[in-house]
Amino acid sequence: MQITITLNGTRVSAEIAPDTLLIDFVRSQGCYSVKRGCETSNCGLCTVFLDDKPVLSCSVLAARADGHKVTTLEGLQDEAAEFGAFIADQGAEQCGFCNPGFIMNALALFRENEYPTEEEIKEYLAGNLCRCSGYEGQLRGIQAFLAWKKGKETAE
Amino acid sequence: MLTIREYKKAESLEEAWQLNQKKNNRIIGGMIWLKMETINVGTAIDLSGLGLDTIEETDEGFSIGAMVTLRQLEQHPGLAAYTDGAVRESVRHIVGVQLRNLATVGGSIYSRFGFSDVLTMFLALNSSVELYKGGIVPLAEYAQKPYDRDILVRVIVPKENAAYSYQSVRNSQTDIPVLTCAAAKTEKESYRFAIGARPGKAVLFCFEAQPGETTEERARRFADAVKEQIKTESNMRGSAEYRRHLAGVLVKRAVRKLEG
Repeated sequence: MQITITLNGTRVSAEIAPDTLLIDFVRSQGCYSVKRGCETSNCGLCTVFLDDKPVLSCSVLAARADGHKVTTLEGLQDEAAEFGAFIADQGAEQCGFCNPGFIMNALALFRENEYPTEEEIKEYLAGNLCRCSGYEGQLRGIQAFLAWKKGKETAE
Repeated sequence: MLTIREYKKAESLEEAWQLNQKKNNRIIGGMIWLKMETINVGTAIDLSGLGLDTIEETDEGFSIGAMVTLRQLEQHPGLAAYTDGAVRESVRHIVGVQLRNLATVGGSIYSRFGFSDVLTMFLALNSSVELYKGGIVPLAEYAQKPYDRDILVRVIVPKENAAYSYQSVRNSQTDIPVLTCAAAKTEKESYRFAIGARPGKAVLFCFEAQPGETTEERARRFADAVKEQIKTESNMRGSAEYRRHLAGVLVKRAVRKLEG
């Protein structure tokens, strides 16, 4: 079947099998930041935005994304680099495998809630598993990023 | 592994129903659990083009389309106000935001999973479901029915003058619950408790308050009755005895909260 998706701002048309998952489709288009992890819809590694909402691309048919907008980390590089630097500063990326999904969901959080509390951060990111960090470094990185952002806004 | 031979975005409920009469065809909701099955689907029937993704609030109640996501439930201000946050509480522990942006109310209710927080919550809300061919059926009745090939169109929540609470016990933050308890107290001093993840599907217990009874006496009486009547079983998340004990504890806590 034929689908057309706006992937990272570019219209992409392709012939796919009906059971193609969105994760496989975006990877076939070169978006290798999107990782396959748990296969049980639990780990958040495969997070992409579907019409600006974070979803698990391992659990969505590419067919359902037909006519919609899909964004991966490749489409958010500047935003991701700015935030990711704070995660790196805390040594919170260790193996790095969970990082693209984690950054995608953190960016989704900041779009919904500009200055989340610690509790709101933990709740929003509960669907992103990391087996290296224990999450403390990631939390520190997020808080440092938010403090920097607030300082920058105040200065302006 | 899930395989799908054909994909059809239904253009009407009738078309979806016709397609769904064939045994190897499947309605696609959020696809969370379907994806994990080993199943060869003939035609995957997608309801996402039928406008079933809205929550409508009137003076009489809420009409929740089958394709409404759990995240929409969580963020709906009307449901939050009406249930004092109980609906939000019932879904916010379900894995993560990304999953809740996919999982649908229709998929959760149709599947009638034992561990379902959603089924537990909607039972306490005195809800009904609208089936395309079967019409409007009380959820308590629907929950006990065998699976059929009808299509769940929407969930109807009537507005009562009532207070609600939701609690769940989990071994870890985003795990499937060990036990769930949704409770309602109506203006006539009657109480409903839906207990789920027994690990069987949620069941309802209804009690009346007795005049002159203190909150603690009432909490103890309801808890004792639930513990006596509830059927629990053991699995990897907890033993039958532990679940029975938890049921009593959660009922007591619910009464204390509802009595304010």
